[in-house]
Parts: sequence; C-alpha cells; structure tokens
Amino acid sequence: MEPAVKISVQNLSVFFGRHQALRGLTLNVTANRILGIIGPASSGKTTFLRTLNRMNDLDPESRAEGRVLMDGADIYHPSQSAVQLRKRVGMVFALPMPLPMSIYDNVTYGPRLSGIRDRAILDGIVEQTLTSAFLWDEVKDRLNMLALRLSGGQQQRLCLARTLAMDPEVVLLDEPCSGLDPISTARIEDALSVLKARYTIILVTNNTKQASRVADETAFFLMGELVEMGETSQIFTVPRDQRTSDYVTGRFG
Amino acid sequence: MRIPPKITQAMAVILLGAATLFTVIVLVLIIAFVLKRGVPEISWEFLSTKPKEMGKAGGILPTVIGTVLLPLLAILIALPMGVGTAVYLSEYTRENRITKIIRFGTDCLAGIPSIIFGLFGYIFFVTMLGMGWSMLSGGLTLAIMILPTIIRTSEEAIRAVPQAYREVSCSLAATNWETVYKVVLPNALPGIMTGVMLGIGRSIGETAAVIFTAGSSLMMPNSLNDSVRTMSVHFYLLAREGISNEKAYATAAVLVFAVLFVNLTAYWMMNRFIAKRSR
Amino acid sequence: MQDSPNTPVHPKRPARRRVAGAFVTWCSDHLARYVFLAVAFSATASLLLIALFILKEGVPFIVKIGFKDFLFASEWDPSAGKFGIYPMIIASLWVTLGAMLIGAPLGVAGAIFLTQFVPRSVMRIIKPMIELLAGIPSVLYGFMGVMVLAPFIRNHLGGPGLSLLAGSIILGIMVLPTVISISVDTINAVPRTYLEGALALGATRWQSVHMVILKAARSGIIASIILAMGRAVGETMAVIMVVGNAVKIPHSALDSVRTLTANIALEMGYATGLHRQALFATGVVLFVVVMILNSLAMAAMKRKTGS
Repeated sequence: MEPAVKISVQNLSVFFGRHQALRGLTLNVTANRILGIIGPASSGKTTFLRTLNRMNDLDPESRAEGRVLMDGADIYHPSQSAVQLRKRVGMVFALPMPLPMSIYDNVTYGPRLSGIRDRAILDGIVEQTLTSAFLWDEVKDRLNMLALRLSGGQQQRLCLARTLAMDPEVVLLDEPCSGLDPISTARIEDALSVLKARYTIILVTNNTKQASRVADETAFFLMGELVEMGETSQIFTVPRDQRTSDYVTGRFG
Repeated sequence: MRIPPKITQAMAVILLGAATLFTVIVLVLIIAFVLKRGVPEISWEFLSTKPKEMGKAGGILPTVIGTVLLPLLAILIALPMGVGTAVYLSEYTRENRITKIIRFGTDCLAGIPSIIFGLFGYIFFVTMLGMGWSMLSGGLTLAIMILPTIIRTSEEAIRAVPQAYREVSCSLAATNWETVYKVVLPNALPGIMTGVMLGIGRSIGETAAVIFTAGSSLMMPNSLNDSVRTMSVHFYLLAREGISNEKAYATAAVLVFAVLFVNLTAYWMMNRFIAKRSR
Repeated sequence: MQDSPNTPVHPKRPARRRVAGAFVTWCSDHLARYVFLAVAFSATASLLLIALFILKEGVPFIVKIGFKDFLFASEWDPSAGKFGIYPMIIASLWVTLGAMLIGAPLGVAGAIFLTQFVPRSVMRIIKPMIELLAGIPSVLYGFMGVMVLAPFIRNHLGGPGLSLLAGSIILGIMVLPTVISISVDTINAVPRTYLEGALALGATRWQSVHMVILKAARSGIIASIILAMGRAVGETMAVIMVVGNAVKIPHSALDSVRTLTANIALEMGYATGLHRQALFATGVVLFVVVMILNSLAMAAMKRKTGS
C-alpha cells in the first residue's frame, strides 16, 4: 500500500522583507509518520514549520512563493482561511507557553472556540488529550489550578494536550524539548511515538540524537535549503550529501 | 581657586534637598490646612442632607450625588471608545499614516485646557444639540476630556500582554477578535482599570468644564436631563460668593478624601497589575 | 493506561454547520476590525469638532473687529463695544512666566534630588504622594491662595493682595507635580550605564548627574516644563480666585490682573451677541497658544527618543 502524502511542498521560498529565509524547498510529508527536521540555527526550520500553519501570516513583512498542498489543496489559496487551517494543523512551541488560565481552560480553549459547550464532551476531551500527553495522572486532581504553576516539563505536555484537543490532522512541534529535563523529554518522545498512529507529526529539533530516536524520516536543512531527506536510518548511517554527513557526525552545528 | 568636587556635591545635595523639602512641605501643608479646618464640619448629616440658603447651612447631598453620577457617566462613554481605540492601535494595525493621525489627535486633545472644553460643551451640547445644562451635557464633555487618559493607559496595558499569548491563541485557530477578547483584554484589565480611576479622579476635580455644561442646580437630579452640581463646583461657588467658609472647608475636605480614595485605588490596582505580570 | 489514540477526540459537527460557523467567524472578525477603526477616530474626531466650533464662533468676530483692535487694544468694555484683550494677554503671559520661574527650578531640583539622592524605598512613597497632589482640584489651590496667600501679600508687601504675584505663586505650586513627575520619568529613563560610566571615571555623584545625566535628560525635562507652561496658561479656576480680575496692564507684580482664561469664565455666564463672540475669540487665542506650546513639548519629547 502506497503511503499517503499528507503535505506536499513545491518550490517554496519565504521572504521576510528582503531577507530570504527559505529557498526553493520541495518535499513531501507522509501521513501518519514522524518527520524530523534537523539543522543548525537559522537554517529555516522554524520558518518552514510556521509556513505549514500559516503562522508567518502574523508577520506583515513575510511573503511566500511556491505551493504548499495539504490533501491536495493549496493552503495559501485566497479562498482558504488561515483560521480554519489552524484547526487542522496544530503547533507546539519551543518554550512552554501555557495561557494564564487553569489547566482545564487551557486545554478547552480551542474546542470552546469551535463552539463546543457541552461540559461532558469537554471533560472527555480534557481527559483524553491529557492522557495522550502522559500528563493526566499528574494533574487529574487539580484541573482548576493555574497552568503557570506546573513545572516546565508538565507545561510542555500541557501544551501538547492543548494542541491535540483541537483534533488536528497534523501536529507541528518546534524544538519542544529544549530546556526540558531528560525525563520530561522522554515522556514527550513516548507520546509522539504513540500519537503518530493518528496524526501526521513534524518535529523540528536541534538535537540530532532525538531525531534518530523518534523520527521515521529525517530532513536536513542548511541555510534555508533542504539538503537531504530520507529514512532516518539512512540519513544517519549513509547520508548522500557530504554536508549532511558533517552535521550528523558533529563536525559543525 | 577651585572648589573641590566633594564640596560642590555637598552644596548641591543641600540645595536640591532643600528645594525638595520645601515643595513637599508646601503641598502637604495645603492639604493639612484644608483637612484641619474642614474635617470638624463633616458629619453624616452633612453628607446626607440637602443644602439650605444656597449652601450656607445644611448639607451637600445633591452635590455628592452629582460628583458620583457625572464621572460615572463620563466613564461609561469614554471607556468603550478609549479601549476600542487602544485595541485598534495595538491589535489591528501597525504604525502607519492613519495611526499617526490618531495619536496626534489624542495627544492634542490631552493638552486642551478645561475652559475650552467648557466652551465647546456649552456651544455644542448645551446650545446646538439642545441638551441644556444637564448631566448629559456634562457627562459627554467630561468623557471627551478623559478620553486621552483612557486611551493612553489602555494601550500601555494591552501592549504589556506578552506576545506569546497572542501566538498561542492564534495557533489554536482563534481569529484576531477572539484573541483580543478572550486573552488580551482580560489580561490588560488591571491596567485599564487604573486608567479608569485616573479618569474618574480628574472628573471629580474638574470645575470649569462642568459649570458650563452641567450647570449648578442644587436640586436632586431626577434624570439625565437635569442640571446637577458637583462638589468642586459647589466648593467654588461657596468660596467665591463668600457664602460660607466653614461649609467650603468641609466640602473641600470631602473632596480631598474622594480624590485620595480614587488615587489610592488606582495605585493599588497598578501594583496588582505589575505583580501579576512578574509572577 | 490510556485510551487507544484512534478514538475520536471530539464529535465532528455536520459539515454544513461547520462551514456556517466558519463564515460567521470570518464575518465577525472583519466587522470587529471596522468597528474598532471607526472608534479609534473618536479622539481625533472630537478634536476636530472642538477646533471647528471654537473657531466657528470666534474667528468671524476677529475678522470683523480686526486683529489690531482685538489683540492689541487695551480697552475692554463690552457694553461700549470695546473688545481689546491686550491687558489679558499680558496678564496671562506674566502669570505663566512667574509660575514657571517658581515651578521649573523647584520641580527640576526636586526631580533630581528624588531620583539621584534618595533611596528607592523613600521614592516609592513620595512619587505617589506627588501624583496624588496633582489630582487635587484646582479650586482648592485657589481657595488657599485667597485665604492665606493674598492676605499675606497684602499685609507684608502691599497692594490688594489678590494680584499677579499671588497668581504666579499659586500656579507655580500647581505645576510642581507635573514638572516633577515627568522629569523623574525622564531621568529614570536615562540608561544606568551613563551614570556608571561617569562614576567609574572618578566623578562624584553630583558631577555625574550634572555632566552626564542632565544632558541626556535635557529634552525630556524641557518638554515637561513646556507642558507645565501649557497647563499654567490654561488654568482657570485657581487663577480667578487669586488674581483680582481687574482689567488693566500690570505695572508691578502686586497689581490685580485678569488672565485670558479668567475673562472667559467670568463673563460667559451672562454674555450675549457680540460680547459672547468676543469671549469665543478669546478662546481661539487661548487654543492657538496652548496648541503651539503642546506641539513644542511634543517635538522636544520626540527629540529625546530620536537621539
């Protein structure tokens, strides 16, 4: 069975004012797999991620050329709404960013915006997503507590649950474990491995070891270009490009 | 012969300190003087009965009502307009020609003397729109007067909300408007409230603009169309017409307490705002 | 421990309702934008309205009577058709100047002392006190002027007591909070590195202050003074109570005078026809003067942030 292509990026270039952040990117994201994106700082990894849920639109200086198709439809087409897109493509940011509300309200923020008011359904969403994020047992007795009181690792898992509560199709994670302790990192990685059965996951990480642990496929970005992409095992053992080899062996980074 | 720097420093400190002390003493003395003469005259009866003989005897109840209602009306009008302006300037646009015009208008409005507001209120609300000397005229005029303050403090409060919250809200598929009323405004509320208290404080002390728009009737107001006298106006008329010095001092003392209360509340809110942000 | 990740997170609403919901969201977002835009112009619109009406009432009068006979004539006698406001202009000028001579040095000195030579804990009490004093109604200051200052002047310096001098002193005290507040903010905004650099070079505190910090804070302090001047020119109630309100060109500080603002406030209550227009024309003059002062202050502020 041919694996389905969830997102198809065709010759994507992104500019911020006069600065070009992405150059002619072309790649396909396979559904229900984890794609890891590695590369040194300022290689355009975060920019690429933010293009997929049109978060770059928030910056009035940004401009995108090329096409980004999800399930065959161009997400930048004028008829497409960015807001509707973000219901299907969720994002977890690098720094845990809980909203200044209770744990419960954080998770139900998105669903309530979509019009879900039934308390029973919301309760169900909260339990299910917090469980998927491996956080339920730790917070189930204090859902009304201010989310800011949680530890960093817990906050990040909360952010994951919050994103899952939107019932997206794609989950984007931007260096989600930077600054987290190894145990929290492990928990999040475990969650991702389970979640890929249901979602398409794209994970940006500057920790190559994490990519080799978790990702099915890996893409290597360098200075706004896609240098190489393939199965993780191949990228890390027999990369085709010399630059990839230099990076994964730690010659630069 | 050069004076050694340590000596010039000592001289400077003494001079500056003396100037500061003088300033503080003068300002405190003024308040103390008013309170000393006025507080003995204040009683519950004073606050709750109507004046007799144009204020020579009796209490100041109608003016208390006026001093409460007029700023309230002004805030009811100025708050939505001010917060709306602040929201537009920070959430819906970036700096361009239009925002420069809006800011220019706001800054200019802030500097206009109150007598001009009185003139304008008189010619526009009282005369041209036919509202007469009324709470409505007074409230509308005061609203325009405090608008710049509300805009300024609201914008500051809104800009202080961390950008991260907006990004998160956006990524959870909220529209700009939903982000504003679900995340930004609730978090900016303490700062906005500070502006509200400042506006109320200004309205309480305002005399020139109020006399020419709300009039100076000593009767209890029954509707928005009735003229009403505020404590500031009452105080001014008592003093100027020489009606009663004791009652004037008493009214002044009540006014001082009112301003004190409003400012302390504003200060307390501001502190809560700062504390909440740094948590 | 957890459910199978394949169970649906929340029930999918029928497609038609989802599309309708999306449309409503889009509509309300765009509507919100336009509503806010309209509201944002409220301050500017009010300003225009005020300018329009004051000018509409006052300018025709100035045109009719003539610039010279209005601004530079010394006789003000509405019943005889004489509308010279020159004495009022001089009065406003001198009262304001006098007020700044008192308020500016004291205010700036106070600001410097409070920011540089006073521990922060004391500052935290004093600054709100000063802001509180800024909120005291002006009529109160005027009253103190009448009850305390004017008799003092009359008894010890001569003249009627209600005078230009009394006005200047009271106004000077009234603008102190403004000057202090803004100057304090300006001085505090000077980067700490400036001070530390000067101290590291062996300067005493006072030397660093007047050679480095004051120079950096200069435009902000000047702006605060100009702003205070604008407020002094526009002050009405306190001034009315203490300056005597006689229409004449002052020859000494002990003379009674009448300012532009007092003129308007005193006669507006019963003026009609041409007389009333004359008062609006006085308002126009006041408006223009204050606008100029405020623009100067804004320009001075911008120069600070520009550098």
